[in-house]
Amino acid sequence: MLSGAISNRLGVLVLLIISYILNSMNLTLKIWRQQNRTAKGGFKTYKVSDVSPDMSFLEMIDVLNDKLIREGEDPVAFDHDCREGICGMCSMYINGRPHGPGKGITTCQLHMRSFQDGDHITIEPWRAAPFPVIKDLAVDRSAFDRIMQAGGFISVNTGNAQEANNILIPKEEADHAFSAAACIGCGACVAVCKNASAMLFVSAKVSQLAQLPQGQVEAKERVLQMVAQMDAEGFGSCSNTYACEAECPKLISCDNIARMNREYLKSSLT
Amino acid sequence: MSLKKIFNSSTGRKAAMGLTGLFLISFLVVHCAVNALIFLNDGGDTFNRGAHFMSSNPVIRTLEIVLFLGVIWHIVQALVITRTNQKARPVAYAVVNANASSKWYSRWMGLLGTLILMFLIIHLKHFWIGSRFTGLQSGMILIDGREYENMFGELKLVFSKGIVVIIYCLAMVSLAYHLLQGFQSSFHSLGLKHKKYTPVVETAGVWFSILVPLIFALMPVSIYFGWIS
Repeated sequence: MLSGAISNRLGVLVLLIISYILNSMNLTLKIWRQQNRTAKGGFKTYKVSDVSPDMSFLEMIDVLNDKLIREGEDPVAFDHDCREGICGMCSMYINGRPHGPGKGITTCQLHMRSFQDGDHITIEPWRAAPFPVIKDLAVDRSAFDRIMQAGGFISVNTGNAQEANNILIPKEEADHAFSAAACIGCGACVAVCKNASAMLFVSAKVSQLAQLPQGQVEAKERVLQMVAQMDAEGFGSCSNTYACEAECPKLISCDNIARMNREYLKSSLT
Repeated sequence: MSLKKIFNSSTGRKAAMGLTGLFLISFLVVHCAVNALIFLNDGGDTFNRGAHFMSSNPVIRTLEIVLFLGVIWHIVQALVITRTNQKARPVAYAVVNANASSKWYSRWMGLLGTLILMFLIIHLKHFWIGSRFTGLQSGMILIDGREYENMFGELKLVFSKGIVVIIYCLAMVSLAYHLLQGFQSSFHSLGLKHKKYTPVVETAGVWFSILVPLIFALMPVSIYFGWIS
């Protein structure tokens, strides 16, 4: 009985090993390396072998970095935090697309099964003047923070939260506001836009508050100040290609941009 | 907030592009409707009368100036926006898979617009300059005892050359794609988005982008092949 169970487990283990050997991939990575903000960057090519299709993209980079450290080389710098697709830290431009192939996912949720054995993968940082490269694939996205500080908030008195049902909000409006609030500020919209425009991000932040009663008090100043800060940071203008919506990991709708345009015109003309 | 400040902001510039775009679209409707009078196939009499009305009516003449200002504003805004956008991405990507996320014509509005501008210069030289300043090669024509500019004769003269017909048809293809992106985009830039009306605008935009350039292109083709006389 016991020997039967052991042989079964051994069988499973052998199958797993065979599956790993058969499915593991060898990849060629072309990665942007840049020592610091002012240094001149360039591409460097690396070979990574025995990559499991079940690894996430970031785990694959971890494997590469482990190898680089063992060889005494400088590991590739990249942003990451939660690795659950909710923090918005990971930011890689993979084979010409932010967060790589796949819809509605961040780089950490991209798995190596999306690639084939022998693939060549080009990895770049977000490219935009307001997102300067800190090192390699990590960029400084504090421009987004400054836009938020310009108006992406509501002013409330501190103290106990009031009874939630005191302010009734129709379900549809609450849903729209929530879908705009789902923006994680990763910057993929800026990265994919041919104009490096931040309008999807800014409009999501404007929209989430514009659709709620709590956001009405500062509505006028909010949109004017956030757009002014966005322009001051040096982001480009939107030309309605809707690439941002297509590549957004949280599927934020471009309807928010139209709402922001409307809010802006209404606020500036009245 | 001052108007200057509004129109110097990225959102204001978008609104200006949308506003001038919609104005130019309204001009296309009028231009297409008047020119389509040639399809009445009455020897160009109605068309010549229509062309005379358009060139002599003081309201239309005033709107002609507004139209030129609209075209210039549209172009200037496009150039300013393009320059800002270039500055926003000083280092280009090595690999771009743009087709995965957007339509090619939405990304090439500048090129399509430049082609339309080049066509516009040729088109104005063919008809408008002759009509307003140097006089038409086809001169005048008598219709019901009254003298009119022979604009229909000028059409037949210009569209007797195959290369001109080809240039006009290619320009209309550029116009079609420019409109396909520009029509719905104008409403979007002005913040006019509504769950009930936006699908109507989008469908109307597609039909407008196909029909208007098609009617325009049919004019030189019909005259060249002698379908209209």
